[in-house]
Amino acid sequence: MCSSSLKAVAASILLTALALAACQREEREFRSKSMADETEEKVSLVPLSPGPSGPAEQRSGTAKTYEENAYQIAQGQRLYAWFNCNGCHGNGGGGSGPPLMDDMWTYGGQIEHIVQSIREGRPNGMPSFRGKVPDEQIWEIAAYVRSMGRNVPKAAAPGRRDDMSPGPAEQRRPPGQVIDGGQIPPSAQMPQ
Amino acid sequence: MASAQTDPPHPAVPSFAASPGDGQWTIPQKNYASTRFSDLSEINTENVKNLQVAFTFSTGVNKGQEAAPLVVGGTMYVLSPYPNILYALDLTRPGAPLKWQYNPKPASAAQGVACCDVVNRGPAFANGRLFFTTLDAHAVAVNAETGEEIWKTKLGDINRGETMTMAPLVVKDKVIVGVSGGQFGVRGWIEALDVDTGKSIWKAYSTGPDQDVKIGANFKPFYDSDKGKDLGVATWPADGWQQGGGTVWGWLSYDPDLNLVYHGTGNPGPWNPNPRPGDNKWTAGIFARDADTGEARWFYQIAPHDLHGRDGNNETILLDMEWEGKPRKVLVHPGQTGFVYVIDRVTGEVLSAKPFHALTAATGVDLETGKIQYSSDKEPVSNRVIRDICPAASGAKNWNPSAFSPRTGLLYIPHVNLCMDWGSTEPNYIAGTPYVGAEIRMFPGPGGHMGEFSAWDIREGRELWTINERFPVWSGALATAGDVVFYGTMDGWFKAVHARTGEVLWQFRTSSGIVGQPTTYRGPDGRQYVAILSGVGGWAGSIVSGDLDPRDGTAALGFVNAMRDLKNVTAKGGTLHVFKLP
Repeated sequence: MCSSSLKAVAASILLTALALAACQREEREFRSKSMADETEEKVSLVPLSPGPSGPAEQRSGTAKTYEENAYQIAQGQRLYAWFNCNGCHGNGGGGSGPPLMDDMWTYGGQIEHIVQSIREGRPNGMPSFRGKVPDEQIWEIAAYVRSMGRNVPKAAAPGRRDDMSPGPAEQRRPPGQVIDGGQIPPSAQMPQ
Repeated sequence: MASAQTDPPHPAVPSFAASPGDGQWTIPQKNYASTRFSDLSEINTENVKNLQVAFTFSTGVNKGQEAAPLVVGGTMYVLSPYPNILYALDLTRPGAPLKWQYNPKPASAAQGVACCDVVNRGPAFANGRLFFTTLDAHAVAVNAETGEEIWKTKLGDINRGETMTMAPLVVKDKVIVGVSGGQFGVRGWIEALDVDTGKSIWKAYSTGPDQDVKIGANFKPFYDSDKGKDLGVATWPADGWQQGGGTVWGWLSYDPDLNLVYHGTGNPGPWNPNPRPGDNKWTAGIFARDADTGEARWFYQIAPHDLHGRDGNNETILLDMEWEGKPRKVLVHPGQTGFVYVIDRVTGEVLSAKPFHALTAATGVDLETGKIQYSSDKEPVSNRVIRDICPAASGAKNWNPSAFSPRTGLLYIPHVNLCMDWGSTEPNYIAGTPYVGAEIRMFPGPGGHMGEFSAWDIREGRELWTINERFPVWSGALATAGDVVFYGTMDGWFKAVHARTGEVLWQFRTSSGIVGQPTTYRGPDGRQYVAILSGVGGWAGSIVSGDLDPRDGTAALGFVNAMRDLKNVTAKGGTLHVFKLP
């Protein structure tokens, strides 16, 4: 029912618009990408760049297909626990790793930054998962991470979990914001 | 507090640990018996109210400050959390200025495999050198005069989750250290290094075949459950022992008369007990080992097949006491299970195990078999949240050491009052990532407070007095011959307490919450000083030191649920405070 012909005839009908939104929310590919595939988003870590134009960046639009999609986010939620992300970051509140549900993003809080953090690692303890977790799954995990601070549409964010409640479900959290480079771990700055 | 004449004598400090009265504080434990008692008495119950700041010093790092400030001669040594900078302060000059600093430059990535903040429990001094461990699993020897590195040895691999946080203990020509990482499925070990070269002399694992554990003909455990071949393999599902935990990150004691080193072993991995049927030897217990060879002599398991993250790494205080009419050499261990164990340190026999924390997880310890009696209704099962487990996964007390005063015969136990809800999840071993398999929410135990500072009668196995604290007491204790006992609180108070009554005689609000170890010394001017590092953190304080989000109760392995308010009372810090009388 998500065919383009339907799209053509039903543009004026509200109901169909909703149905369409729901389709995108659930859209998925049935054949996953090959392990070697890697997206090549060009994102900077800072808003600062010499000259008036700001940093030169290039985004392919992949972000939307993950962070506005309930299926991808749900997969990310499952993988987040599967790859032991919760061991360090809890259910978003953090632990030995920083919290992910707040608005402070040491290495940038856009999904492309989070993908990079997972893939490349970060110098204060975040391991690099390149070659260990398929790229598609990294995007799914990153999309779920974005949902923790409700930086994704409400309709795509996960609802209440079946097991012990760590707090209100992602879906019930107020929409979040992102403060990039909000904090550098104090211990990163070695005195002397 | 007048004692009847028929009372048996107080437990005594063994002669090898009798304080030499030199006014120094050279190892965090103070002495091999780990009494943390100083015979200095200038500061007493009458004048302690006049204590004032002598000097302060910033460690430059705003993480949990768990180290003990040491004093050797006219120099004080302060070790910061990661990046583990060692500072030497010149006590002979006004204001104790910096003499030198040594920076081992540990790998930054090690922060990612440190389970519970990037703490360090302090250096140890011996033979003109300071020895300490670094977060990226190195042991270092530094010239105490000049700060020059003598040797630095890599002992573990952070890619396997191995880190180091403990204070070494120097015994004869060996420096003994162990590994952290019980939340990362690290297979625990303890290792003795040559003091001169840092080369390995012996290494003993906490799980696996007898050969690896250094169990041989001289291993004579007291209880039958510890007898048999290769129990470090047989009490695990196939290969489970290889990521079975039992890390050695806590306190070491040493009896020179018996030539035995005592050390704990950490919780088994994963925390979720369901995937590891069996007793999971040799985790969550206490080993006595020959100091020269590392050979095991006895073992006692405080938590066979641990259910709730219990760990044997708490301090072991070595005392001599009369027990049922006979003199005994004992080891006192205020355990994570909630019991104060009094163990014969020659044989490993448990003489007494009395509770010092609200209990629902266990009902007692059977002294016939040595076995803890678990409450079956608190046993984790899949797909159900088990509620009201006391004590919580932190244990009734955690790393922060008690102090014993031979003057009062009492053990001063800093501890928590915490319970938890526990939901088991499927653990997934990936080297270098956490291996827990449980979601936890901690909350205050009966009474609503989360910390206690208790004076404990070892013989009777009961509390004489206790001071309730709003937050967990995560600092160590210090006892002095002035009958003043010191400890700190997570909301930043450094307190002096009457050793006999528990009356708070003096308190000072430091710059941050306190999770450190107070020490005392006689300065070059002949006066008594008291030192404490302030700077909140550690597992309990990571909500502040790690900027954690209080909306997630399961954060920091469930500690955040209990500590939501800590951000409202203290910020991060890293400052040495030293006090003296006017």
